[in-house]
Amino acid sequence: MKELVILSGKGGTGKTSLTAAFAGLKSSLMLCDADVDAADLHLIMAPDVQETHDFVGGNEAVIAPDRCTGCGTCLELCRFDAIDENQGEYTVDALNCEGCGVCVDMCPESAIDFPRKTCGQWFVSHTRFGPMVHARLGIAEENSGRLVALVREQAKKRARDAHIDLILTDGPPGIGCPVIASIGQASAILIVAEPTVSGIHDMKRVGELAAHFKIPAMVCINKFDLNLDQTRAIETIAREKNILVAGKIPFDPAFTKAMIQIQTLLEYDDTCPAAKAVRNIWETVMTHPAMKLERLM
Amino acid sequence: MIISIASGKGGTGKTTVAANLAASLNQPVTVLDCDVEEPNLHLFLHPEIQSREKVIAPVPEIDLDRCTFCKKCMDICRFNAIAVTANTVVTFPELCHSCGGCTVICPENAVTEKERILGTVETGTVPLPDMNFGQGLLDIGQVMVPPVIRQVKSHRAPDQGITLIDAPPGTSCPVIAAMKDTDFVVLVTEPTPFGLNDLKLAVETVRLMNIPHGLIINRAGIGDDAVYAYAKEKNLPVLMEIPYDKAIAQAYSKGDLIIAQQEDYKEKFQTLYKKICLLADSEKCAP
Repeated sequence: MKELVILSGKGGTGKTSLTAAFAGLKSSLMLCDADVDAADLHLIMAPDVQETHDFVGGNEAVIAPDRCTGCGTCLELCRFDAIDENQGEYTVDALNCEGCGVCVDMCPESAIDFPRKTCGQWFVSHTRFGPMVHARLGIAEENSGRLVALVREQAKKRARDAHIDLILTDGPPGIGCPVIASIGQASAILIVAEPTVSGIHDMKRVGELAAHFKIPAMVCINKFDLNLDQTRAIETIAREKNILVAGKIPFDPAFTKAMIQIQTLLEYDDTCPAAKAVRNIWETVMTHPAMKLERLM
Repeated sequence: MIISIASGKGGTGKTTVAANLAASLNQPVTVLDCDVEEPNLHLFLHPEIQSREKVIAPVPEIDLDRCTFCKKCMDICRFNAIAVTANTVVTFPELCHSCGGCTVICPENAVTEKERILGTVETGTVPLPDMNFGQGLLDIGQVMVPPVIRQVKSHRAPDQGITLIDAPPGTSCPVIAAMKDTDFVVLVTEPTPFGLNDLKLAVETVRLMNIPHGLIINRAGIGDDAVYAYAKEKNLPVLMEIPYDKAIAQAYSKGDLIIAQQEDYKEKFQTLYKKICLLADSEKCAP
């Protein structure tokens, strides 16, 4: 089984639109949306949800006012500034609580409860391109890395059961905890970069991250004709860092128009220049040695 | 007055708004880039960095001569950062949230805390009148983003000054850390189905945090009208529209400010600030 993770460092470069466009190019694949914070792939895939599961991501401290004697031990020990005191009454600020449980364990009156907390939901769905595993993290919740790991695990398990040999994963932006959770043991990552000063900066950071975790990386340049100097700069950096440039996609309003029609780019217009570029990139990515290598997952 | 620029989704134009608004104000301003995973504001404002400080998190170190392998540290740790066996203790600093529970609970005082570096905070000035700058940079491979953001925010302007915060995308811990204790949140979106979906999540987040907020629609004209309908339904004030314009996209690609290319935008961003002042707690607004 192989897994390709689409990343970008920066948001809004076209990761999701590209993932969707790729989905139609292979007859059997598993889709996985690992951007649990701001998932968008479902907007094009229109998934028919078959299973809904709660994601229990941790615990949250709650002070029981009837048992609290106001000793202030919790306030003293909490390093996350999550205990508020107001005229001798102690409460937990849920937005700051890290779920470490130190206050729970150290309270001399055992006055702090520690209920488990549902932090989001994950889904298994049918789509017109195959099965899809996706999720929604609750607003202001933590543990997005753990939810990403869970979504990918489920995608692998279900792909294995259904004898599907390719997982296509739409990754989260950034280089922090959700991104790290999204690339472990992937066959390769494809970075979608745009030819802008920030696009280049972010591509370098995510490229370094991939190198740090020894995951083979490729890059494609979206909206390459917006700034040809910056496009050349990306190609130079990629060469220096031994990252294959899998192709270049011209700026094309068809991406947005397709999105509005709830279609992939190739469903919306199979013949536009962007569609042709996407096909070529797909061919290049799929023939990369890293995507030929069978990985035990 | 602290204003956060946020969006839910990445790539909608947060950094563009933060940089241009900062450069349009005729008052002292401090701009802080809190998108510490991918900070981009410096590419537009070209700050001269004058000081750098490390962001440090304490992680446990076990003195095995004192340790009796009682496992209390392992039991209190909710993040699986300590493993105790019959005759040794292994710590996993990358899993540690620095809560200090192991230090407090150890009956033998065998736990001390050493420093782990999460990233860097850089501060300096921008070669524009009266602009201070700060940004955080998460080290590659690190995951503890909120402490880096909190340290960037400690460099906010003194009491009467204006602070602008460029927030990270999303709706989880990093963006909460960035928006917390700010006086107003500007939500930047684009009029597409993706933009609308992520805007809805961002609006829920800001409303949960109870911070006054308004909307900027960037790349107006590129998509459909659903964002406008949503804004109307939710009583979201549209503070500004920036049309889709190839010249603006090209300026952005080179790291140029819109106001440097199109003079009239300076006034538009000044008007934006006035609108923010009307919606935020008026006492916070500098005259």
